[in-house]
Amino acid sequence: MSEAGPGAPAERLRFRYTKLGKIRFTSQRDVARMWERALRRSGLPVAWTEGFSPRPLLSFGLALPTGHESLAEYVDVRLDPASSGVPPHRGLRGTEEPELLAQVMTALLPDGLSVVAAASVGVVGSLQQEVTSCTWELEVRGVALRELSERIERLLDAPSVPVRRERKGHWVVDDLRPSVLRLAPIPTGAREEPVAQVTHRIVADLATQPRGVRPVELLDGLGGDLALVRARRTHQWVERDGLRAEPLAPGTPPSLDRQACRGAS
Amino acid sequence: MASLWPRIEPLLSQVSKPARYIGGEEGAVCPEHAPGVVAWLLVYPDTYEVGLPNQGLQILYEILNERADALAERAYAPWVDMEAAMRSAGVPLFSLENHLAARDFDVIAFNLSAELVYTNVLNLLDLAGLAVRSAERGDGDPLVVAGGHCAFNPEPLADFVDAFALGDGEELVGEMNEVVAAWLARPPAERRRHEVLAALAGVPGVYVPSLYEARYEHGRLVGTVPVDPAAPERVEKRTVADLADWPYPKRQLVPLTEVVHDRLNVEVFRGCTRGCRFCQAGMITRPVRERPADQVLEMVRRGLERTGYDEVALTSLSTADFSGIEETVREIVGDPANGERVSVSLPSLRVDAFTVGTAAAIQRVRRTGLTFAPEGGTWRMRRVVNKLISEEDLYGAVDAAFGQGWRRVKLYFLIGLPTERDEDVLGIAALGRRCVEIGNRYHRSVTVVASVGGFVPKPHTPFQWFGQDTVDELRRKVRLLREAAAGARGLTVRWHDPEASAAEGIASRGDRRIGAVIERVWRAGGTFQEWSEHFDLRLWQEALAAEGLSLEEVVHRQRVRDEVFPWDHVSAGLHRDFLWDDWQDALDERGVEDCRWTPCYDCGACTGGGLEHVVASAVPPAGGSQGTGQDLEAAGRVPVRFLAAHR
Repeated sequence: MSEAGPGAPAERLRFRYTKLGKIRFTSQRDVARMWERALRRSGLPVAWTEGFSPRPLLSFGLALPTGHESLAEYVDVRLDPASSGVPPHRGLRGTEEPELLAQVMTALLPDGLSVVAAASVGVVGSLQQEVTSCTWELEVRGVALRELSERIERLLDAPSVPVRRERKGHWVVDDLRPSVLRLAPIPTGAREEPVAQVTHRIVADLATQPRGVRPVELLDGLGGDLALVRARRTHQWVERDGLRAEPLAPGTPPSLDRQACRGAS
Repeated sequence: MASLWPRIEPLLSQVSKPARYIGGEEGAVCPEHAPGVVAWLLVYPDTYEVGLPNQGLQILYEILNERADALAERAYAPWVDMEAAMRSAGVPLFSLENHLAARDFDVIAFNLSAELVYTNVLNLLDLAGLAVRSAERGDGDPLVVAGGHCAFNPEPLADFVDAFALGDGEELVGEMNEVVAAWLARPPAERRRHEVLAALAGVPGVYVPSLYEARYEHGRLVGTVPVDPAAPERVEKRTVADLADWPYPKRQLVPLTEVVHDRLNVEVFRGCTRGCRFCQAGMITRPVRERPADQVLEMVRRGLERTGYDEVALTSLSTADFSGIEETVREIVGDPANGERVSVSLPSLRVDAFTVGTAAAIQRVRRTGLTFAPEGGTWRMRRVVNKLISEEDLYGAVDAAFGQGWRRVKLYFLIGLPTERDEDVLGIAALGRRCVEIGNRYHRSVTVVASVGGFVPKPHTPFQWFGQDTVDELRRKVRLLREAAAGARGLTVRWHDPEASAAEGIASRGDRRIGAVIERVWRAGGTFQEWSEHFDLRLWQEALAAEGLSLEEVVHRQRVRDEVFPWDHVSAGLHRDFLWDDWQDALDERGVEDCRWTPCYDCGACTGGGLEHVVASAVPPAGGSQGTGQDLEAAGRVPVRFLAAHR
């Protein structure tokens, strides 16, 4: 992986971005369209698909369920230096400093999507195949903290945790346990209040191979009486030289909403 | 005034498509509410996906937000799952920008684009926490206004809406705002609702139904007359004389989630004088006012750059009639800034080979299907409705479409038209089969879709006197057509539910008594009547019966020459004599020419308002005028102003 520098012809750009606030209620498809529009405006020499409806060649990592937030979304953009029709005087070439690329793309994306890192990458495998696990921060409600901690311990101690999920219209039973790589409550120091009003925070590492386990499945595994108040993906992990690493480390801190009333909350 | 967002947010994980309720579109503004600033909530009474692209609403949104003494936010009808969640959580109708309750606004303004949304209007008022009937709302409640094409028969909603705005809103909305601002400047204790409504009635183009009384004799309307000195006898629509003065929307909203018509839209002209007799839009939006081509190009250029869209639609009622349409589209697709990846779509294509050639030249990228609207299955029928497309033009267009590589052609037809005979209906099948044959000369497998709608007569058109076909009759005709098309490889017939046409007919030409019917349908749970999964004609029939009315009286009855119409006191500028003569011409199977390029029929739209057509070209577009064989020598004797040619 090489960092983008002036003059270096890039084959592929990788962006890491956040999805925070109200925009979390848009779908993965919606986000793909936002990127397509932003890339058209950017002037980047993007490679296009063939056919009657050309689309920019984008590949996103693991789909983020609608309604969940993220600090670690990724998109790979294929570039084509010969991409026609974009006048060089307008917009980006793809050879700019990563910070500038990130800034410009953030400005072109809707509030709530902020690019926190950009890099030129060579020929890489698809994120979908390379990512092995994700870290999630979850806010849950429904039981007392002590009860929640006990359930977490029980889950971690259990040899298997069967959960039901729907697949192609059928209910199948999966073993959740091998996919839960880490699970722990995050102490908040909140006072004991009526159970229905207290929100507890959990951190969880969930495997994405052979398939991505969703936070709601984890909640099922912890008992059906838990409500998921909020879910935020904080990391996606790949294996590199036997070590866990991020596809792209965040460069700049995520800049949150520019206008309080739009992307806020 | 507090944001409802903290109470809305927990609901969104329970509902489908939550992105409908978050706002945040590119182009949206979050205005600051303050004393002296009239707060408008612009409401489209259907789902977000259907309502967001509405250009009328977006134009007013911008114009109001540009004013120092006004602000505007938006709301759409929450889908049934969200409505249920809102009602059970006690969350009222809210705006998408600041997520404020509808009650926090001074004016709630509805866009009325279709009659079947009327029950949604009541539902949204109720969801806002307001009484649905105007008479039961108090001095402190928001004013409820409505505009859009359906306002040209305001009577079915007369009991629920405080004031209607007729015609183009660009100028009118500002004048209404000033009246409301002056009223709101008084101390709350001194604000009387009647006073602001009387003042609004003094604004040309505003109709305040509570200042009029509908009178009936022997169960039939005999007149709608003013009962207040502030109310004019007749309310004339407003018309913007020159579209060039109003280059809106300048900042078209770019939704975060998928909507219908998800593309840049640029209106190239308003009004249409093709004279199709079934078409209310063509009658009530006259005269033709073209936007200068330079301005169109500028709006396209800026719009694409700002939005990142890869498609632009040049909108109007018949875009191929725009002067210099070819040059304009060529310039758009040839603009290097667009990277050769922008496609131009021309909704409402004219039916001739020339038009197809233009379409082929510009739709390089997306060639999915071409749509034409011959409307009638026989030349006789097309003369009746004045859609003067010769067989030659039609088959030429279809031949050109298949020859240029299209595999799919869609044809729009109406059934239940005046004077219709079975042979006219069967003509649709014959025409469809012929189109498949033409297509098979080019491709082994082609698709021709004949899409058939049941005709609903509309106010202010020559067909306003016509007795609409019954549900049974429309069903019989659909059956006839399906049988005739059966076994024809490549030909598909699709039809609109005849029951929905009946319900639409109730609201289309109904009088003030239909208000009670609408209220009953709504109270019985009949919302989203535009949606087939929610539509239920029985609700309408039961409501009619409960009010002592019938489909026969309201919908199917042929009207007499001196019929008192519920909309006689609102005017789209058209002379009643013109409409009657045109109705007689229709019955005599006589077509009339487009008055842009031939003598004036004195329909009233220009002369009455001191207006004129604004057209850039002195001659009709190339490719013939849909077979009218117009005498072009006569052009120029009509009130037509020709725009200076661009470059």
